[in-house]
Amino acid sequence: MKNYIKYLPLLALGLMGCEPEFDSGIEENEVYTQGEADFSTYVAVGNSLTAGFADNALYIQGQQNSYPNILAGQFELVGGGEFSQPLMADNLGGLLLNGNPILDAEGNNRFQNRLVLSSNEGNPVGPQPLAGDPQTEITNTLEGPFNNMGVPGAKSFHLLAPGYGNVAGVSTGQANPYFVRFASSPETTILADATAQSPSFFSLWIGNNDILGFATSGGTGIDQTGNIDPLTYASNDISDPNVFAGAYSQLIEGLTASASGGVVYNIPDVTDIPFFTTVPTSPLDPTDPTFAAQIPTLNMVYGAINQVFLALQQPNRVIEFSTDAASAVVIEDESLTDLSAQIEGALAPNPQFIQLVQSFGLPAAAAPQVAAVLGDTYGQARQAQPEDLILLTSSSVIGNIDTNRVASLVAQGFPQEVAGQFSAQGITLPLADQFVLTTNEISLIDNARASYNATIQGLAQANNLAFVDVDGLLQTVSQGVSFPGGIITSDFVTGGGFSLDGVHLTPRGYALVANETLRAINRTYGSDLPEVNLGDYGTITLSDDVN
Amino acid sequence: MKNFLISGLLLILATASAYAGGYRVAAQGQRALAMGHAGVGVVNSAETAFFNPSGLVYLEDKFTVSAGITGVFSNVKWQNTSTGQFAETQQDPGTPFYFHAAYKVTEWMSLGLSVSTPFGSSVEWEQDWAGSHLVNDIELAAIFIQPLVSLKLSEHFSIGGGPIFVTGNVNFNRNANRTLTDEQGNRSNITIDDSGVTNTGWSASFMFTPVEELRIGFNYRSEILLNAEGGEATFANFPNSTLTPQNGTTAFDATLPLPAELTMGFAYQPNENWLFAFDYQRAFWDVYNSLDIDFADPNVPTSINPRNYKNASTYRFGAQYKATDNLMLRVGYYFDESPVQEGFFAPETPRNDGNGYTAGLSFQVSEKFAIDASFLYLRFKEVDASYDSYVENGQSVPFRGTYKSNALLPGIGVTYKL
Repeated sequence: MKNYIKYLPLLALGLMGCEPEFDSGIEENEVYTQGEADFSTYVAVGNSLTAGFADNALYIQGQQNSYPNILAGQFELVGGGEFSQPLMADNLGGLLLNGNPILDAEGNNRFQNRLVLSSNEGNPVGPQPLAGDPQTEITNTLEGPFNNMGVPGAKSFHLLAPGYGNVAGVSTGQANPYFVRFASSPETTILADATAQSPSFFSLWIGNNDILGFATSGGTGIDQTGNIDPLTYASNDISDPNVFAGAYSQLIEGLTASASGGVVYNIPDVTDIPFFTTVPTSPLDPTDPTFAAQIPTLNMVYGAINQVFLALQQPNRVIEFSTDAASAVVIEDESLTDLSAQIEGALAPNPQFIQLVQSFGLPAAAAPQVAAVLGDTYGQARQAQPEDLILLTSSSVIGNIDTNRVASLVAQGFPQEVAGQFSAQGITLPLADQFVLTTNEISLIDNARASYNATIQGLAQANNLAFVDVDGLLQTVSQGVSFPGGIITSDFVTGGGFSLDGVHLTPRGYALVANETLRAINRTYGSDLPEVNLGDYGTITLSDDVN
Repeated sequence: MKNFLISGLLLILATASAYAGGYRVAAQGQRALAMGHAGVGVVNSAETAFFNPSGLVYLEDKFTVSAGITGVFSNVKWQNTSTGQFAETQQDPGTPFYFHAAYKVTEWMSLGLSVSTPFGSSVEWEQDWAGSHLVNDIELAAIFIQPLVSLKLSEHFSIGGGPIFVTGNVNFNRNANRTLTDEQGNRSNITIDDSGVTNTGWSASFMFTPVEELRIGFNYRSEILLNAEGGEATFANFPNSTLTPQNGTTAFDATLPLPAELTMGFAYQPNENWLFAFDYQRAFWDVYNSLDIDFADPNVPTSINPRNYKNASTYRFGAQYKATDNLMLRVGYYFDESPVQEGFFAPETPRNDGNGYTAGLSFQVSEKFAIDASFLYLRFKEVDASYDSYVENGQSVPFRGTYKSNALLPGIGVTYKL
């Protein structure tokens, strides 16, 4: 008997190892197949979208939900290996160079903390940067290699640029602080660090920034089409389509050298991105009593200027505010013929205009000066058309008084009150170029994008790569994509697809891209990778820890 | 001998392993457990105090005690082939125990005491797993303390029963929903915790012995509602926002029912060497309609968790063979019907129909002292199941998957007679 009993403890130990087994176990790699692709070493190359950038920053939680990281989780089910990412130091996302923020020309911090949605007594207020001191010091170089080679801000040709990770180039704009953090050497390129890992599978999503800098700056840059020297480009310029094509084919050539396969992504339309679609072209609402009270005066002043437009056969320049429907904002459009001199010349001697000037409490003698100011202000102004895009950045500006403008008018001798009346942005002061993409600017973007996308799709076909039509995907999102537990739309803040910067995706949006990618890979390589559950991925962060 | 025994018990207590399954734990006597946990018609030790108190008066000894403990080694695995997600429960100790005593006052009356843990559950999934919006981990335990009286009305008929005093505790953690995190990315979660929840119930039984070889038993144990009132709910890792609940604690009320259970069956002893037992058991689980957690903080809505359990039956078969004068061998089988209905398969009690295979022995060390050992292997079929009552944004979001689980329960006990 003793002999039996002393085995009981052993028996107990043995029981722990006795686990239930599924008929077909996912964990045992019995369910899915890799098809013709080899996912053992997956390397992702791209820009902010590949890095997992969201809410105007790169931060750990966003990186963990990057679409490459989501993909790698699924690849693991069919033999995919570890997927390492150059994780930031925190969930704030701000960057430091030698302990200090990195400033732009105007002295603003270029790499602020991520945006969160603040609230007040149970009501949402708006996106604001999360409070806290960021800990990510870009000179603390991380030891690679990293499977996720996504570098926020990178354009197509940057992936091939030696020195793009050299800290010395950060202040001159020739290097990218995000790449400085994990470049294998100051002189390496992003492509070189990617191919050095001999990827068995790769993803490439690049080209967004080749148009997006131009687009988000309201088209303040230059369309460089025809200029094939990217060294001469500024960050807000549109890259020449041939420069893009040349860079893209080099990238494909480099990445396909070792890989069994890969997936490439095209460039979406800006009109599917909330940064460009949230603010309507006609936001000026006559049911707002403050605005309604101003309409008669506005129409009186603009009436005088409209006479000039009509006399010059420019009826599309006429500016008028409706009392029973929302009116379009007044914008600056560089592409318009500058009519400053004509406006000034026509108004100054006009007796009615002199009366108008006097009605503002100014002497009749001030009429020429006022005419000059109006000519200067409205020489290239018009009301926005439905096809124009008013940028998200304008939402805090429209209707507000431009204090610089007021100061300038006061300096010219205008009374404070009158100066204020002529400085309401989007109403009496045309919205500046940086807040508006005019139809003209949009067509420059569209032309370049169409060419980039043709290049991408052509090279995908030529190299038998999986192709993800992000353009089509985001069009679908703008109509709404439902999933168990909700619907993903492009609506700013509430839609669930886009993060609080209005450009980059949420984890749920990145999961949607990952699922589209998995479908494309399955189609191309005959694998049967499962899609992830969109409802498991979050959207925006709520927090009142803001400054 | 003692040293072996103690080391064995300590090991079982200390070993990390998991208890899982529904929250009725059938391990209230090693002798019965070795026979498929059938015992409503069996009279052979103080275990009878739990299985059929009316049988105590038929025990021959003046005073007898049975005590034991069981190690529950349970594993539950989950996977969802449409998403590639998988998870399994952690190995945590589950150690139901029992202490039963019977004292023969007169030829026609016995008194008894039964202390046992017939309800309990401990399921621990990986923190933040795919079903973490339903449960991360749950631990509940109820201790039944029951003084008993057993009366012999005739040679053929006895009755028994007594009040049940229950003390229970519960600890249940889950995430607030599928995605909410704080500013650091930690998932927002809620823990409810209460201990020393008491209530009372009762049991009543009879035993009919038409002929010496056959005993027919009937036992009813009443429903007991564990009302956790003023328990502590802890909200953790919520972001600092007025749009979400605040971190910290608030009180909660919730009720967890321990269902009534009716058992009838018989034991047949054709000769001195053999005993056969059969129990039919009906558990009235339909009382467990919904787990509603009502928070004291008016800003936190009541958490409604439909369970919709149905009454369920268990069929128990056991046999005992007297191998030598001091060695009894036992074997048994039971079929345990799950109270969980389709669409209500919640991962906090991931239990489908189970088949239990049991074996065990008693070794009579001396005239007064015996060691009882039992072993149960509980096997659940692989099952595709879902819990459909989780709601997000007004939409039902089913939690689906394939579950596969088993449990191994080695148990050891002693029987002492005076």
